[in-house]
Amino acid sequence: MSEHPSPAEPTAEDFVAAQRSPEFESLRSTHRKFVVPMTVFFLVWFALYVLLSIYATDFMSIQVIGNVNLGIILGLLQFVTTFGITGLYVAFANKSLDPQARDLRATLEAGDFAGRNGAARPGSTLAEEA
Amino acid sequence: MNVMLPAAEATETVGTPWLNMLIFGAFVVVTMVVVLRASKYTSTAADYFAGGRSFSGQQNGLAIAGDYLSAASFLGIVGAIALQGYDGFLYSIGFLVAWLVALLLIAEPLRNTGKFTMADVLSFRLRQRPVRIAAATSTLCVTFFYLLAQMAGAGALVSLLMGIHSGWGQSLVIVVVGSLMIAYVLIGGMKGTTWVQIIKACLLMTGVGIMTIWALALFGFNFSAMLGEAVDVANNAAILEPGLRYGEDSITKLDFLSLGMALVFGAAGLPHVLMRFYTVPTAKEARVSVVWAIALIGLFYLFTLVLGFAAAALIGEERILSAPGGVNSAAPLLAFELGGSVLLGVIAAVAFATILAVVAGLAITASASFAHDIYSNVIKKGKSSGKEELRVAKITVVVIGIVSILGGIGAQGQNVAFLVALAFAVAASANLPTILYSLYWRGFTTRGAVWSMYGGLIISVGLIIFSPVMSGAETAMIAGVDFAWFPLTNPGLVSIPASFLLGFIGSKTDPYKEDLKKQAEMEVRSMTGVGAEAPVQH
Repeated sequence: MSEHPSPAEPTAEDFVAAQRSPEFESLRSTHRKFVVPMTVFFLVWFALYVLLSIYATDFMSIQVIGNVNLGIILGLLQFVTTFGITGLYVAFANKSLDPQARDLRATLEAGDFAGRNGAARPGSTLAEEA
Repeated sequence: MNVMLPAAEATETVGTPWLNMLIFGAFVVVTMVVVLRASKYTSTAADYFAGGRSFSGQQNGLAIAGDYLSAASFLGIVGAIALQGYDGFLYSIGFLVAWLVALLLIAEPLRNTGKFTMADVLSFRLRQRPVRIAAATSTLCVTFFYLLAQMAGAGALVSLLMGIHSGWGQSLVIVVVGSLMIAYVLIGGMKGTTWVQIIKACLLMTGVGIMTIWALALFGFNFSAMLGEAVDVANNAAILEPGLRYGEDSITKLDFLSLGMALVFGAAGLPHVLMRFYTVPTAKEARVSVVWAIALIGLFYLFTLVLGFAAAALIGEERILSAPGGVNSAAPLLAFELGGSVLLGVIAAVAFATILAVVAGLAITASASFAHDIYSNVIKKGKSSGKEELRVAKITVVVIGIVSILGGIGAQGQNVAFLVALAFAVAASANLPTILYSLYWRGFTTRGAVWSMYGGLIISVGLIIFSPVMSGAETAMIAGVDFAWFPLTNPGLVSIPASFLLGFIGSKTDPYKEDLKKQAEMEVRSMTGVGAEAPVQH
């Protein structure tokens, strides 16, 4: 995976130390706190829409604007929420995930995580992962 | 395209076949020139399989849309909405919402941990051999079903658009499509394929966009009036309400639930879609590409909603069903109704371009999986050179091309939508659970992965074999026999949870402990992009 020339490929010890670092735990929990509720939300909302379409046809057939009924409006709302979640995620990732990931990457490339545990950093580079 | 095609029964043909062929020929010439240019810069394995990772997020987003919006999407959904109204619309929503799975959970970590194929990610921290073989098997199965669908679709399309009705003529067209596909992929690799998909996506969006505005203009841009006309023509108010197709009884209702599940979990497990994320340089660009893909795909399905009801209003069920091509002819008939033979020619060419771009994307995915996973990493145990891998990939493309030409000829007249739904169900059952587990569950093991992938594959394909799709129903593939005992036409409702469960049980009972250092490396790489991106400037 080292297609870009990188002077110091992190070692296995670096990765273990990085995974246990508070910075990484913060990045992971930031990511999970956004992604998990959003995923649950869109899956439940889609399931609700499908179930309503299957089992509550009378409700979905209520006409709202001219011939446009509730089913079509809720369907179009699925488009709206899909676009909305996409926009929210991008804004969130740019603001909250990218800076944290970038800092972690810089620390890893500098080999600073292994040093933190007092372990001597072996000079070897990790073999390319296939 | 200078092949003499058998004479057609001109009476049943809509529009002018020579014009359709001329426009399609122009598309082939233009894309060939682009592919030839792209091939100048294709030399390494990363060039061939991942387009040198040189595409921008926007370009890749267009290519994803070009890869995803197959002829089944275009012709199938417009036809489904025209005939079944609201229930056809439900399909497109599933196809769109599915992209949130890719955006939130898969695209970025996949880009950060893999190289060319889905198996790269799955075998990152598990045992290479068994996981790669399983992942390559399901990749080849899914792409093969998808390829068959597209090839069969090409044959069906021809009967309507080119005025070729004889079995021989359709077979000849399948041979032409297959040969073009082999040529594109051999010459241009992923770079060439990507450009074909980008050009196709632009043509498709433009063509469908023009038709949508045109159709709306006929109703004074009043969507409600269009719906009213559709109801009048169909003489059935139920066309606007759910249940026309799936509301019959409790089995058809469950069937729809099953289909919805397969659609939502299937898209992010399609190997040819996953592979597209390797063509961009960074995880951030992968994110940008999904955003573009969602915007384009969403817009496209909004267009098809209008086109479907426009076809119902302007053409009507009777004329659609009596046209050669049946339900799939709604979109071309509407094009002819709106803009005569010129617009029909453009739409026909777009539909062909659609098939060509999708089959090229499938072929390169299957060849990458065979060359990179099976040959390089399993047979040669990672000791082959990139050059050897490339040679094997190119041979594989030719083999896949020939197999899919033969399969496509054999699958003529089969239900295209069924084959695509099959591919989605298999992808959702065999691939997605393992991808999610290996990215997000530390306790996931090799046994879990193997059980989940083979289990998902066998259960989904097995249930389809014993479903009314294969036997026992009027529309079954095999007539005259009845060995169906599974009532649903889509297996997702059973096979997807089963696959998740198998992955869980397999991991919990696995006596072999996975390397936690590898897990640490995978998780850190997936979240930070270290090693996959250019180093941070210090």
